[in-house]
Parts: sequence; structure tokens; C-alpha cells
Amino acid sequence: MDISQKAQQEYDKMVKKASPSSPIVTNCLKAFVSGGLICLIGQIFLNLYMNKDFSEEEAALLVSITLIFASAVLTALGLYEKLGKVCGAGTVVPITGFANSVVSPAIEFKKEGLVFGMAAKMFLVAGPVIVYGTLTSMLVGVVYYFIK
Amino acid sequence: MGKRIGKQTVRLSEGVSIISAASTVGPKEAEGPLGAYFDRTVEDAFFGEKSWELAESRFVRENMNLAVDKAGLKMKDMDYILCGDLLNQCTGSTFGIKGFSVPFFGLFGACSTMGESMSLGAMLIDGGFANYVLTGASSHFCAAEKQFRFPLPLGTQRPPTSTWTVTGDGATVLARKGEGPKITEITTGKVVDMGVTDANNMGAAMAPAATALLLAHFEDTGRTPEDYDVIATGDLGTVGRQLVVELMEKDGYKMDSRFTDCGIEIYDDASQDTHAGGSGCACSAVTFCSYFYPKLKSGEIQRMLFIPTGALMSPTSSQQGMAIPGVAHGVVIEGCKGEGEKK
Repeated sequence: MDISQKAQQEYDKMVKKASPSSPIVTNCLKAFVSGGLICLIGQIFLNLYMNKDFSEEEAALLVSITLIFASAVLTALGLYEKLGKVCGAGTVVPITGFANSVVSPAIEFKKEGLVFGMAAKMFLVAGPVIVYGTLTSMLVGVVYYFIK
Repeated sequence: MGKRIGKQTVRLSEGVSIISAASTVGPKEAEGPLGAYFDRTVEDAFFGEKSWELAESRFVRENMNLAVDKAGLKMKDMDYILCGDLLNQCTGSTFGIKGFSVPFFGLFGACSTMGESMSLGAMLIDGGFANYVLTGASSHFCAAEKQFRFPLPLGTQRPPTSTWTVTGDGATVLARKGEGPKITEITTGKVVDMGVTDANNMGAAMAPAATALLLAHFEDTGRTPEDYDVIATGDLGTVGRQLVVELMEKDGYKMDSRFTDCGIEIYDDASQDTHAGGSGCACSAVTFCSYFYPKLKSGEIQRMLFIPTGALMSPTSSQQGMAIPGVAHGVVIEGCKGEGEKK
């Protein structure tokens, strides 16, 4: 059934009016607080590790490992999805979100085998982050080279 | 062509009886407002299987057996099975019924599949090609999320317009003769594409198809919404239902409280956090089989227009930026003349 563009636009207006929008302000606040809390936890671990005679560089590495491990465990226990539902971007943006995005397809697609299931689908969500993350850092590197 | 009464509607010569209906659902549906109505509720969404997909097939297998049992028949009495689901290549259905050894037509109408299977099953019987037809539709929240959205353990937020895929299977046994509500008319929907691309707002994508179906049905039959005790769409949810009310008003029809939606009936958003409502093939199937069928049987509902609605998209079409076309299938069911002659 062919429908004119005008009718489509008119319908689009009706849809926008009838559809409740996401509570952006509340979502932002929750993301701000929860994201900040994750960073605070990271800072606590950084101080702990530095007190244990690790250099700042080593301690930072250990913090990443700790947070990634915690996120993977929470994902496996089915708790990270509950956090993510409330925190939104607060749990997506930090490194814990990245770990969650790798572990969750690994769990979900294990049934399709260890090679074409788990391993192949593991970067289903994180893949684009890696590709465009690398590309962006290359571009930034080039710019930095010239303006330095 | 004596049975055609309009461009999209046919009237069956004697009516086809729905002699039994069965529903089996998962834990979330059991907790919902219709929890007490379902024939069987399963505590674990895995249903004792190794994967979500196998679990869906088990819902199909056990519920179809239940529907045949409730009719007092054996599986070998069935002349045809007509069913479908949302999984790739309809494996939820085929793996579920492969052991039955009954002639089978696999159907895809997205979430409108229950309407499609009941329509075609009734036509098969009315055409003299079958005495008993087993019809059904199934879906599984976890399997659908995995195929259409993200892996379940991924921490994401769902927008308020999104709907929740129902886990379960609904099935009916249609018969040439027998006690039960009768399918009397069938209005078959056209595919309608209004350019909605938001896969998180399927109610909006399907509302124009439901409206087109209602308009065609009223034109073909000469009836109005007041001629029905219940008009129930499949899985438009609160957003889609509202849009149908507005669209119908433009054409001069008032859709009042007798117009409901299975997706609105099946969950309670306030306590279950399901947002706009339920969806999936099983949404209309289990709601019809558990909630509306007994009311039709007792005569509490005398005439119902059942309109399962489907959003015809695939993960590929969505990723390629295509809009989501909708379809709707209308089935008129007349209740038993019983003691409860009230609305």
C-alpha cells in the first residue's frame, strides 16, 4: 500500500505526540551519580595500590584490571543488567561498561559453540568501540603531531 | 466466490468451532494480571532446556499437546497444524512440532501470526479440506531479545514506548462441528508502511495497519464498533492503541472502552516495568486462549473482533534503515449462546 509522504509526515507528528519521551533529566542525574561512583571506587583502589608500593602507572593498570574483573563477575551473576537499567550511561561509559559489553554476548552466544558462537560474537557490541576508538586516537595523534 | 463479502472479508458458510484453546506461559506472564487464567505457567524461562530457542520449542510442543488434550482428541486426529513464531526460519515452531507427524504449514506474520493461523485454519475447514486444524503461535522474550536487540546480560535502558515480548505459546483446535465459539468472518489485512523506523516503538509502526483493517472490516460488513462486545488488537500497547483511537476518529469512528489490546491486558506496567505493554506472537495468542476464549464460551462475550497485529521487520531491514511495515489480521468470533447473556 503506497502512502503519500504528506500522510507519513502527518502520522509522524501524531506518533511524537502519543509517545511518552524518556525522562532525560532523571536519566542524566542517575548517570552522573553512578558514573561518578564507579570513578570514586577506581580512585579508592588506585590509592590502595599506590600505598602498596606500586608506581602510579602500575597502580592505574591494576585499577583497570580490578574494575574489568568486577564488571565481568557482576555480568555473569546477572547483576550488571540490573545496574545498567537504572544507571544508563553511568554504567555504559566507564571501563566497566566495556567489560559488560564483551562478557554479555560471550555468555549469550556460548550455545552456538566456542568458535562461531562465543569467540566470534564476543565483540558484537564492543567491536565498533574498538574500531572507531582506534581510528579516533590515530586522528588525534596526527593533529597532535602537527600542533605540538 | 459466494463467501466473499467485500474486498478483504470472507464469511464462512457455517462457521468453524473453536473446540479448545490452551495457553502456556513463562514466569513474568504468570505474575501479571492474567496470571490466574493461563492453563499452565512455567517457573523457569529455560523450561528445563539448554537454550532459549529450545525452550520456545518446548512451549510449542507441550502447549499444542495440551490444546488437543483439552479437546478430548488425539494428535493423530489433526488434519493440519498451522503455526509460526519470531525466530529465524520459524524454528521455534518446526522444532516444537516435528515429533507430531501431522501435515504442517509454517506461517510468518510476525506478531499477527495467531490471526493468520486461525484465519487460514478456519478457511481450510470451511473449504472442506479438513475436519480438525490445530493453530497456534509462540514467542520467547529471551530468544527474541537475543535475535532482535542485544544479549540479555548487557546493561541497557529501554525507552517508555518499548514493549516486552511475551514468553509462551497459545493454541486452538478448530473443528467443523463441535461445542465452542464460532469463527464466522475473516478480514485479511494488507501490509501498511507509514514510515516508522523506531524499532522501540512498534505500537506506532503497527497502528496504521490495525486502523486499515478496522476500516476495511466495517466497510465490508456494514457494521460499526458498537456491534462488538470486544475489539481486541494484538500487541499495540498503550501508544499504539491511542494512535488507533485517534486515526479511527479521523474516519468518524468512535473506539470506546470495548476496544482493548492484548498487550495492555497481559502486563501491569506499574509493578512489572514493561513500559508500553506486551508484544510478540504469543501476546495475542495466550491472551485470547486464556482470557477471551472462556468468556466467549460462557456467552459473556457474544461477538468479538480479534485483530492480532504484526511488525514486519528483521534485524537486517532495521539496520539498513528501512521503515517497519505493519500487518493485521481480523477474525470475528461469535460467543456461545449461553446463560450469561450480558455484556
